[in-house]
Amino acid sequence: MSTALAPAPAFVATAPLDRINPVARLLAALLLAAVLVMSIDPVSAGVALLLEVPLVFASGLGWRGFWARTWPVWLAAPFAGLTVALYGRAGGEVLVEWALIRVSEGSLHLALATVLRVLAIALPGVVLFARVDPTDLADGLAQVLRLPSRFVLGALAAFRLFGVLRDDWRALELARRARGIADRGRVRRFAGMAFALLVLSIRRGSTLATAMEARGFGGDTPRTWARESRFGVGGWLLLAAATLVAAIAVTVAVVTGAWTFIVR
Amino acid sequence: MPSPVTRSDAATHLGAPARVSAHGWGWRHAGRRAWAVRGLDVTIEPGERVLLLGPSGSGKSTLLAGLAGVLGGADEGETSGALRIDGEAPGAARGRVGLVLQDPESHAVMARVGDDVAFGPENLGVPRDEIWARVASSLDAVGLAVGHEHSTSALSGGQKQRLALAGVLAMRPGVLLLDEPTANLDPEGAREVRNAVAEVLDRTRATLLVVEHRVELWHELVDRVLVLGADGALLADGAPDRILDERGAELAAGGVWVPGHEPRITRRPDADDDSVVLSTAGLQVARERGRPLPWSLDTAFAAGDTVALVGPNGVGKSTLALTLAGLVPPATGELRVSPGLAAGLEAAPHRWRSRELLTRLGMVFQAPEHQFVATTVRDELAVGPRSLGVPAEEVDARVGELLERLGLAALAGANPFTLSGGQKRRLSVGTALATRPRVLILDEPTFGQDALSWASLVDLIDEVRASGRLIIAASHDEHFVREAATTELRLALAEETS
Repeated sequence: MSTALAPAPAFVATAPLDRINPVARLLAALLLAAVLVMSIDPVSAGVALLLEVPLVFASGLGWRGFWARTWPVWLAAPFAGLTVALYGRAGGEVLVEWALIRVSEGSLHLALATVLRVLAIALPGVVLFARVDPTDLADGLAQVLRLPSRFVLGALAAFRLFGVLRDDWRALELARRARGIADRGRVRRFAGMAFALLVLSIRRGSTLATAMEARGFGGDTPRTWARESRFGVGGWLLLAAATLVAAIAVTVAVVTGAWTFIVR
Repeated sequence: MPSPVTRSDAATHLGAPARVSAHGWGWRHAGRRAWAVRGLDVTIEPGERVLLLGPSGSGKSTLLAGLAGVLGGADEGETSGALRIDGEAPGAARGRVGLVLQDPESHAVMARVGDDVAFGPENLGVPRDEIWARVASSLDAVGLAVGHEHSTSALSGGQKQRLALAGVLAMRPGVLLLDEPTANLDPEGAREVRNAVAEVLDRTRATLLVVEHRVELWHELVDRVLVLGADGALLADGAPDRILDERGAELAAGGVWVPGHEPRITRRPDADDDSVVLSTAGLQVARERGRPLPWSLDTAFAAGDTVALVGPNGVGKSTLALTLAGLVPPATGELRVSPGLAAGLEAAPHRWRSRELLTRLGMVFQAPEHQFVATTVRDELAVGPRSLGVPAEEVDARVGELLERLGLAALAGANPFTLSGGQKRRLSVGTALATRPRVLILDEPTFGQDALSWASLVDLIDEVRASGRLIIAASHDEHFVREAATTELRLALAEETS
């Protein structure tokens, strides 16, 4: 019977970034974001964005995967820019003025800065995290960052229930059709399904908790970890690279006089 | 509670068979009037293999949960007397007790097979090198050779239960507690799991306590049978052959499944109408859009038949059932309904409106919870007829009759979600019967029934069939197929189906 099933590995590490500890990836993304939110100028964000390009190649995403994961970012960034261009603080020559809309040189400059900033902060975040295996992240959070294992493993187990919930939702939909009540009352039906899903997920959650408890989870014995999570040289290199990118971006912006603290 | 075992204690006990005992033990769930188990006195010697029998609601699962130390504290319920594992309270003996539950989906904690087996030893603080040695030997013992990186969600039902067994085995327990480990499995998967348990016991000599309806599956493996009564007290205790010979009829009358005393039904004569109501031509079904399963179906279904859909877990019985019920569109090929059944509608049922399905194609889902929409059992049965605009007195009459026939009259005011698994199953069958559909499609209709409720449910299904309707039932229940089916449709994981 087992021979009929092809091997289905949960995850295979192939790209350079895959071998780097997820905690390092998390910290690198946070570091870039923390530095880039400090200013609102096109130069620092543009430089950072340019320097982040190699990350995409190291991520192992491939073009198709890259666009599939990042399209919301490419959609959100121009929208944010457009909003700033139309309603942002005016400065310099006013180009178009109509009702509340006022497009000026200043607001266009700000819009460009906004688009680049959204991209420079969100893209590395998505790329760094696209192929993180949840189990590896949990290992890292507990062993490297020393977060409480109860919390980390509880969250990990809950995360695995999400897929089941999606199947539940579909079954609830089909079942309502079979019960003859799917033709109208969409809002009420939705509320009823949401409630049923809540009941089901609580039940699944408590069954899982029992199963975990039955396997010694939550006992007083100090826990060991079957797989060692090491920050490693790769982790430090990634952090160094992120620091370097941030430093270059800030330096170039300051030298060219573009750097503008967002809070004065 | 006594203090937890120290490391050295745990080490000396490592893997040795445990003695299990109950001393006037009882448990009452919070908010319930009746005790689930009461005044239980029994001792199970190290290495004994015990089958625990009893009708639904006799507290079998409660006893296992109590022995595993997962019943919860005072806010979950009230306890009396004591349970002991080698003289210690169950909570203190974590890892000495390995519990395998009924639902294969509920066990896997981790995404990878290797990590999942390692989870127990990690929690017990076992050193890393030893964990991996235990993972390898445990997977070997249950015969699960899929590799450590294999995804736990891509396993078959039988494999998932063997993984669960490996998971508890890696903790080196002195006693194995199995709570209906094969209830959700096809016959092949059930034998797989039983054989894995036999292999594990031969290697570890662990004490075994198994709750299971399929007595014939475990009969050879156990050397003692305990029977709990409906009131949660011990009814019988002894060697399997003696108990089943001497008390078989009595136990069967109490709802226990006993080999040789299985419930029978008297099949009614066939209806006059045996015209074809559903037919398929090159029909392929798909769980996900655009990914048809690797078999197709050319067949015809006639009124007055009960067609059993059988085949291994994962072959696509449920998906076929949903397709035949007009709930999901065919992937390729055709599903045609007779003009008589369509009654003016087009021939493709997945395009019918939800209300138009009610009198034509009724569907009972695998998980009853998915189709409950009302807050009481009575209202649940009335939803369909009301949607059809049936007059109120007529609705009351239909609902009243179904409540009686399904043994749910005493629960008419209860919330459907609070029923037991077997009661939920009967209620969901009732919701479909209430609208009197010409075709009734059932996914595992007999799941969770004790011998008594099984008989009345299967008899009701046969009555519906004999009234000239078509019944299609996906089922792992071999006894149901033997007793109730007029035709068997076997789905296989190959290109063609018979």
